[in-house]
Amino acid sequence: MIPASSPINELRRSDPGRQQGVLSGLHLDLPLLTALILLCSVGLMVLYSAGGQDIALIKRQLIRLGIAFSVMLVIAQIPPIHLRRWSPWLFGIGLMMLVAVLIMGEVGKGAQRWLNLGFFRFQPSEMMKLAVPMMVAWYLAEARLPPDKKRIAITAFFILLPTLMIAKQPDLGTALLVASAGIFALFLAGIRWRLIFGFAALLAALGPAIWYLMRPYQQQRVLTLLDPESDPLGAGYHIIQSKIAIGSGGLYGKGWLNGTQSHLEFLPESSTDFIFAVLAEEFGLVGIILLLAIYLLIILRGLYIATQAQDTFCRLLAGAITLVFFVYLFVNTGMVTGLLPVVGVPLPLVSYGGTSLVTIMAGFGILMAIHTHRKLLPT
Amino acid sequence: MPQISIKDYLFESHLFFVRAVIAVIIVFIALSIIIARMVNLQVTSHDHYRTLSQDNRVKTEPLPPTRGLIHDSNGNLLAQNLPAFSLEMIPEKVKDIEATLSEIGKIIPISEHDRQRFMRLKKQRRRFDSIPIRVRLNEKEVALFAINQHRFPGVDSKAILLRDYPQGEAAAHAIGYVGRINQHETERIDLSEYSGTRHIGKNGVEKSYESALHGRVGVQQVEVNAKGRVLRVLESKPPTPGHNLRLFLNMELQKEALAGLEGFNGAVVAIDPKTGGILVLASKPGFDANLFVDGISSKEYSALRDSLDKPLFNRALRGQYPPGSTIKPFIGLAGLEHNVVKLAQEIPCFGFYQLPGQEHKYRDWKKRGHGQVSMKKAMVESCDVYYYSLARALGIDRIGPFLGKFGFGEPTGIDITGELGGLLPSRAWKRENRNEPWYPGETLILGIGQGYLLTTPLQLASATATLAMRGRHIVPRIVKSIEPANSQNGYIPTPPVSTQIPIEKMEDWDAMAEAMVQVVEGLHGTARQIRSKEYRIAGKTGTAQVFTIAQEEEYDEENVEKRMRDHALFIAYAPVEDPQIAIAVIVENGGHGGSVAAPIAKRIMDRYLLGDKK
Repeated sequence: MIPASSPINELRRSDPGRQQGVLSGLHLDLPLLTALILLCSVGLMVLYSAGGQDIALIKRQLIRLGIAFSVMLVIAQIPPIHLRRWSPWLFGIGLMMLVAVLIMGEVGKGAQRWLNLGFFRFQPSEMMKLAVPMMVAWYLAEARLPPDKKRIAITAFFILLPTLMIAKQPDLGTALLVASAGIFALFLAGIRWRLIFGFAALLAALGPAIWYLMRPYQQQRVLTLLDPESDPLGAGYHIIQSKIAIGSGGLYGKGWLNGTQSHLEFLPESSTDFIFAVLAEEFGLVGIILLLAIYLLIILRGLYIATQAQDTFCRLLAGAITLVFFVYLFVNTGMVTGLLPVVGVPLPLVSYGGTSLVTIMAGFGILMAIHTHRKLLPT
Repeated sequence: MPQISIKDYLFESHLFFVRAVIAVIIVFIALSIIIARMVNLQVTSHDHYRTLSQDNRVKTEPLPPTRGLIHDSNGNLLAQNLPAFSLEMIPEKVKDIEATLSEIGKIIPISEHDRQRFMRLKKQRRRFDSIPIRVRLNEKEVALFAINQHRFPGVDSKAILLRDYPQGEAAAHAIGYVGRINQHETERIDLSEYSGTRHIGKNGVEKSYESALHGRVGVQQVEVNAKGRVLRVLESKPPTPGHNLRLFLNMELQKEALAGLEGFNGAVVAIDPKTGGILVLASKPGFDANLFVDGISSKEYSALRDSLDKPLFNRALRGQYPPGSTIKPFIGLAGLEHNVVKLAQEIPCFGFYQLPGQEHKYRDWKKRGHGQVSMKKAMVESCDVYYYSLARALGIDRIGPFLGKFGFGEPTGIDITGELGGLLPSRAWKRENRNEPWYPGETLILGIGQGYLLTTPLQLASATATLAMRGRHIVPRIVKSIEPANSQNGYIPTPPVSTQIPIEKMEDWDAMAEAMVQVVEGLHGTARQIRSKEYRIAGKTGTAQVFTIAQEEEYDEENVEKRMRDHALFIAYAPVEDPQIAIAVIVENGGHGGSVAAPIAKRIMDRYLLGDKK
């Protein structure tokens, strides 16, 4: 119990981020909502060009956005205390569904990711993008911060288990996002620098050992992953075309609907994973900087919400969700510009496709719930 | 929830704040890297990429290699590539796939099977991959589509090479077939090497020599117009065609074997004992390998799969049968080697054998018995009692390892995948698999090739070849040489692996050979009907029980349903003085080895040793 005259309440009263009126009645956060809507509008505009001006495509994406925003709105109404209570259950159910996917999942586009529930197909790995940070935040909030070694080890297990199962599907992109969600929560919980650097050093040392255990064709895969241009027919084709698209855009771009690379079908997956290159080609460096500014706005607002949250669970969860959103952005842009290996991660809220859209917006729903359900006075 | 004091709360809140600030710093650094990269691409290297994009109309395309041909030993084509047209769609470029398909269906017939295959492949492939709607378009269909092509953006007709097996059913089990690359295979192969290739060996030689047959992919840079049509080729690294294979397999003999099996199911394997080369690898019934090339329809497939005759089952490599009396020469040799019996030594046969203190009668095929029997007579007349007695004297611990030297109980190591190893029982095997001790009676029936002992036709043929070569054992192979296209210099895939089975007295080999000759030439020989004037054959008949007859009951051939009838077996090699061919024949439910299986071996030997003279 915290006395009303405590310094914490002083902090709360001076919180400038609190809104009044309709939006707060709906538990929505105006700055975050504005930035999200802005980003989605830009996304639709680019998609219209990338998809060959297909209005049906835009309609489908609009429906998905509608669903995603509704999910956000619903989740924003849930007080975080409930989210916290559900965390271990959600995580457990998610794990069971991942096992089910590995055993009887449906194959689509080269990987086994889908679970057919009869009336609709479901991708449990998507759910884990939220369930893992929730679980980690819940578990770490059970004790004082920073967590001790035993707690860190158990947390690492919670992260590693779903990550490996998703990587086995194989879905490297999602595995990476799920793992980073958990790792960010650990990082924000104040895990010691010594451990962070020690772990990084361990990974670096394990690398060569794993390398020698791999078969030659597996080594070739990794080499191609690291240097896609050595394989102009496979993964390298995307990167070469994508770099030409970006580079030819220049400072101001070729103008909306005037990109040649994407329209002449040189750039594959131009409306999904490689949509960033279309934007770069048509709007140039200026357009890219504006886009990144919107993303930065969302990330900063998310982290601000995290620092303003009232308990450890909310802080860790809000921080992790925001930083995963950043990982989406960084991995996708890094991949499209040829800085990172090609793993299938979409440009968040801009790429065509519905599954990750819903998860991302659900995450923002949680952020809004955390921010708008704060209590002025503790009861 | 644990009690948290204000001090802790402030500490944690502060700790988180510090970490959040660090996270913001990381975000700024990461975004700066991306922006720096964008500046590098869009400002510094802009001119470079602008030029590329203006002339870019440059596309990189894979040039798939032509798959190697497969010939038999006489140069007959077993697998070739025939030009064909296929109609393909790139899903990413088509707005309404269903509507497009039904529109195309008005011009060119698209069957339900084609549609299902298209939908399945569409799920598996990436959206920008070209996926076949129809294959083997005829000229009229190609022309019809060409006129209407403007109506179907994203759909195109392509000239491709399709694998074709001119021999149809005759060699399907040996050659195998190619089929579309499936999900499982994409994990094993180098995807760049296969970027222009749709097919991969699934079975038989097509599978085991995939890397030689496939070749190396080529790459070409082409200039295309806005609609993706190729204007000119800028740069090209041609593909290296796959290597051709020449097999030991002899289609003439193979066809003799299949003709001989007419009316039955079964398998024939013939080996050149000097090289280990497979001359015949026949399994009947066969199937048309061409059905599998474009993906067999589920109706055709289930018809093949569910047929009681099991046409997809490769009996020659995977059929595991009791060898029956064809095991006797090997048991006889074991007896001589271990000195438990002398060549001339005779024992009485009264038509049955009993273990001391047991009621059970182990019966001879000849109810009244063979009288006094020597090893030679026991071979010629196939006396069972003699071998019951011999097996008992040897014991399972000596029989097993001796048979093992001839390759029984283990895959032969032939250069085709999927071979089974049969079963060579032992005390340890029985303890492990049946959780029972080994009973003496089981040794007895092992002596006449019944009981747990199982062999494949290939194993029997290989063991016969070893017998013919006086113990020199060569691992059987089907591919004689690999011949790179446009080159006369073929090379041998793997050097022949040969071992010598050590036997103390070399004359034992000769004694066994003479006994086997008498099986064919002797007055009472069980394979007397195939004796030849031109050359001498050494052989051994066998009959393998499919079901057990109760004690004191008669095996009445007339009344037994066909599928329950005994399997007929025959092993042989010829000419005895200079063995050139060793054969194993198994005729399922054929009855007696001498009358059904032996003539098939004879046909093949005549054809091989005498040619067309007959």
